[in-house]
Amino acid sequence: MPENLDFILRTVLQGLPYTAGAAAGGIALTAVLSFAAGLALLSRSRTVRVVSRVYVEGFRGTSEVVQLFWIYFALPVLVGLQLVPLFAGILVLGLNHGAYGAEIVRGAVRSVPRAQYEGAVALNLGPAQRMRRVILPQAVVEMLPPFNNLFIQLLKNTSLLFLIQVPEIFRQGEILRPQYGGQLGLIYLVLAVLYLALALLITFATGRLERVAARRLGRKAPGRAGVPATGGGL
Amino acid sequence: MDAWKWDLFFGSFPYVARGLLVTLKITLFGSLLAYALGLLFAVLLRARIPVAHQLLRGFIEAIRSTPVLVQVFVLFWLMPQATGIKLDAETTGVLALGVHYACYTADVYRAGIDAVPAGQWEAATALSLPRSRVWLGVVLPQAVPRVVPALGNYTISMFKEVPLLLAIGVLDVLNRAKEFGADNYRVIEAYTMAGLVFLALSYPASILVRRLERRVAHP
Repeated sequence: MPENLDFILRTVLQGLPYTAGAAAGGIALTAVLSFAAGLALLSRSRTVRVVSRVYVEGFRGTSEVVQLFWIYFALPVLVGLQLVPLFAGILVLGLNHGAYGAEIVRGAVRSVPRAQYEGAVALNLGPAQRMRRVILPQAVVEMLPPFNNLFIQLLKNTSLLFLIQVPEIFRQGEILRPQYGGQLGLIYLVLAVLYLALALLITFATGRLERVAARRLGRKAPGRAGVPATGGGL
Repeated sequence: MDAWKWDLFFGSFPYVARGLLVTLKITLFGSLLAYALGLLFAVLLRARIPVAHQLLRGFIEAIRSTPVLVQVFVLFWLMPQATGIKLDAETTGVLALGVHYACYTADVYRAGIDAVPAGQWEAATALSLPRSRVWLGVVLPQAVPRVVPALGNYTISMFKEVPLLLAIGVLDVLNRAKEFGADNYRVIEAYTMAGLVFLALSYPASILVRRLERRVAHP
C-alpha cells in the first residue's frame, strides 16, 4: 500500500465535481447546439444554412485549445466581461463539440428514408409535425452511437480546462505533482480510472437512451459491440 | 471595452508563423508514427496471438478512454522517473500524439482490411504465397488506398490538438501567440491570428479529404 494514498485520493477526488460538472454542462450545451445547428444546416433558407455552416466550420477548423484561450483570455479585453473559468470551459466544450454534433444530426436526419417524408406529407402533417413526429424519432436512434463517441471525446477534453485553472481532476493531479512526484504513477492511474469510469457512465446512459428511442419506434435496440471508433477531434 | 488593434494583429504573424513550423513538424512526425504503428496494431490484432492479442486490445482501449493530456504527462514526467529516459518536449508530443492516434488508426486499417474480399485471401492461399507476400502484395495494396481519407482526417485532428502541448512548454502556434501577447500586454489579436492560422490550413485540408472520400467511394 503506497503511503499517502488516502491524501492523494482525497485531493484528486476534490476535482471530480468539476470534471463531472464540466462534462455534464458541456454535453447539455453540445446537445442543444448540435440540434439547432444541425437542423439549420438543412434549412430551406440560404441565410440560415450559411450562418450555421460558418459556425460549424469555424469551430471545427480552429483548435479547441485556441478557442479556450480566446474565450477566457482574449474575449474579456474586447467586451470587458471576464467569465468564471468553469463557465468559460463549459462554453468552449459545448461550442466546439456542438459543431461536430451538428454534422451528426444533419447526417442522421438525411439518412431517414425519403418515403418517410412522402408518407408524412401524404398524411397532411405540417413541416414541424413532420420533423417532430416522423423524422426526428427515427433520426435520433441513428444519432446516439456517434453522439456517444462525441460525448466521451468531450469528457476527455475537460482535462484541457486545467489550462484555465479549473480545479478539475487533471489539475488536482498537477497540484500534487511537485510534492508527491514519487507517486506519479499512482496519481495518473487514479486519473485514468476516473476518466474510464465516467466514460462508462456516458456509454451506459446513451445505451439506455438508444434502447428507449428504438422501443418507441417499435424496434429492438441494436446490440453494440464495444466502443465504436471515432477519435481525436473528429 | 477596448478597440481592436490591427498593428498587433499583423505584428503577431511572424511569431505565429515560427510556431507553425513546430506545429507542422509535430503533426508530420506524429502522423507518420500513427500511420505506421496503427498498421502494425491492425496486423497484429488480426494475427490473434494469444495473450498478446488481449494485451494489445487492453492497451488500445486504455489509450482511447483517457485524455491525451494524461498520456503526454505520463511520458513527460513519469517515464523519466521510471526508466531514466528523458525526452524533450517536442519528441514527447510526437510520441504521445502518435501513439494516441495509432489506437484510432488501427481501427481504420482494420475496417480497410476487412473490406478486402475473402476471395483475395483465398486466391493468395491457393497460390501458396508466403505470408509476407499475402500482406504486402495482395491485401495491403487493396486496403490502404481505401483508408487514406480517414487517415487524413486524423492528421487534421492531430494538427488541431498540438496546442495542448504548451502544457509541457512546446513553442507551437498558440504558445508563440501567448508570448507575443505577453510582450504587448494584449492577447486578443495574437490569439485571433492563431485561430485563423489553424482555420486557414485545416479547412482546405478537410475539403481535400472530403473530395478524396468521394473518389474512394465512387471510383
